[in-house]
Amino acid sequence: MGHPLRGAAAITGLGMTPMGRVYKSTNELAAEAVAKAIADAGLKKDEVDGLLINAGITGTTGGGLTLGLQNYLGLRNLRLLNHMNAAGSTAAQMVQYATMAIHAGMATHVVCVFADAPLKEGTSAGAAYGGAARNPQRPRGMAGLYAAAGYFGANTPYALAARRHMALYGTKQDHFGIIAVGQRRWASMNPLAQMREPITLEDYHNSRWIIEPLHLLDCCLVSNGAVAVIVSPARRASEMPQPPVYIHGMGQGHPGDSGRAGSEWETETGARFAAETAYRMAGVGPSDFTQCQIYDCYTYTVLVTLEDYGFCKKGEGGPFVEDGKLGPGGTLPTNTGGGELSAYYMWGMTPLSEAIIQGRGHGGERQVKNDLILVTGNGGSLSYHACLILSPHPA
Amino acid sequence: MTQPTIPVPEPDEASKPFFDGAAAGRLMLMRCADCHTWRLPARQHCDVCLSDRYTWEASSGRGHVRTFGIMHQRYHPAFQVPYNVTVVELEEGPRLPTNLLDVANDEIRVGMPVEVVFERHEDVTLPRFRPIREL
Repeated sequence: MGHPLRGAAAITGLGMTPMGRVYKSTNELAAEAVAKAIADAGLKKDEVDGLLINAGITGTTGGGLTLGLQNYLGLRNLRLLNHMNAAGSTAAQMVQYATMAIHAGMATHVVCVFADAPLKEGTSAGAAYGGAARNPQRPRGMAGLYAAAGYFGANTPYALAARRHMALYGTKQDHFGIIAVGQRRWASMNPLAQMREPITLEDYHNSRWIIEPLHLLDCCLVSNGAVAVIVSPARRASEMPQPPVYIHGMGQGHPGDSGRAGSEWETETGARFAAETAYRMAGVGPSDFTQCQIYDCYTYTVLVTLEDYGFCKKGEGGPFVEDGKLGPGGTLPTNTGGGELSAYYMWGMTPLSEAIIQGRGHGGERQVKNDLILVTGNGGSLSYHACLILSPHPA
Repeated sequence: MTQPTIPVPEPDEASKPFFDGAAAGRLMLMRCADCHTWRLPARQHCDVCLSDRYTWEASSGRGHVRTFGIMHQRYHPAFQVPYNVTVVELEEGPRLPTNLLDVANDEIRVGMPVEVVFERHEDVTLPRFRPIREL
């Protein structure tokens, strides 16, 4: 007998706002996405009985979504409500908890929503995530060692991780570049993408350094916007307007970092645990996927995640991506909307939203085989990880 | 206009032995009194065995470069780019964020042996590291 959660629920609604320099509050953005998702699913607002909320960086820096979103949206029938945060793994996690709640009979139609608005008029994208450097207060205690070393932003830990991988395994700058170039090619076919102008490997190498070994084109965008997703029981999904995208498997992995010898956080992520759980639940392995939507806050994240999901051996991610197999026309289409590098940065909702578009067969000229889709999310400094295995086919 | 200064930490009660040690030329770490695991200050509990009994002990001050990056982005006006951001793993095990001195950015390597040096700022001393040169 299969796992009870395998195929128990499906994604039945998707709502997205325009992405980028959209200057609205997070409540306004969330409401727009939720309204679209409810209409997309053919539901009435009162039929929504679950709400899971993920504020983005504004959840930390100010102005982010709170539980108050419930009243902003006027949801009066909630049997499930929470404000969740495991960074970029939250989107997949919200769908996981929604599935479990639906399977347990605690809720029927659960809205999972992410909204963020870190971009302000007249400020750079980098400023949105570089907060510590502008803190006028003197940092207190040991935590201050980071600022005192000029260790700022999310770019630093990812550069440190990528460097470690390069040193251990001979991964080349070109390998990261090939990922960036391939994803931009996908983005050029995505009307929702913020960056659609094709780039070459030369453009990649010529893009300015942020922190070596990361070029500008190794780093994700920063976006304002919102995405809402509705999870419903599988038995209801087939009668709803959109082609259902069934949830076949899910997993999480959070190995943490001891901060001392023995921790391999830079090159071995929680994806390994998540893969074990999700593959067992779905009864599949890496060779079964027809496409991947991999969290790509940095090019390196894609490479290390593919290794941890067993698409290639540990350390062989560079040679694995070298032939361009992740890009259009490749054998493992990955981040087919352009991902966070080129389309939009909605944390874990970026890979998830593209997976839903692909799972429905609505990808237009970028549509690829969608029989089995891996969706991943990670956050922190490769600290938190969650995944979903999706398919247009019932389990 | 005065030259901007780097943001140096203000010692708090928990980290005081670390910063006092640095001022006296010693790199002080915490060590679990039960399982003897070393840790970077300052936390009350050992993350291996959760004991809250510990001692402060001096590190050898030697270690190696775990990983590093070369920062080009100007986050803070006091840092002259490009500069290295380095994680050093001490012989005792703990890793700490720091900068390497006395080495060109393109000569830094993962695994390079390093030793602590102390950099005095106005009212606080910070541990930095430099390569251990073979004689």
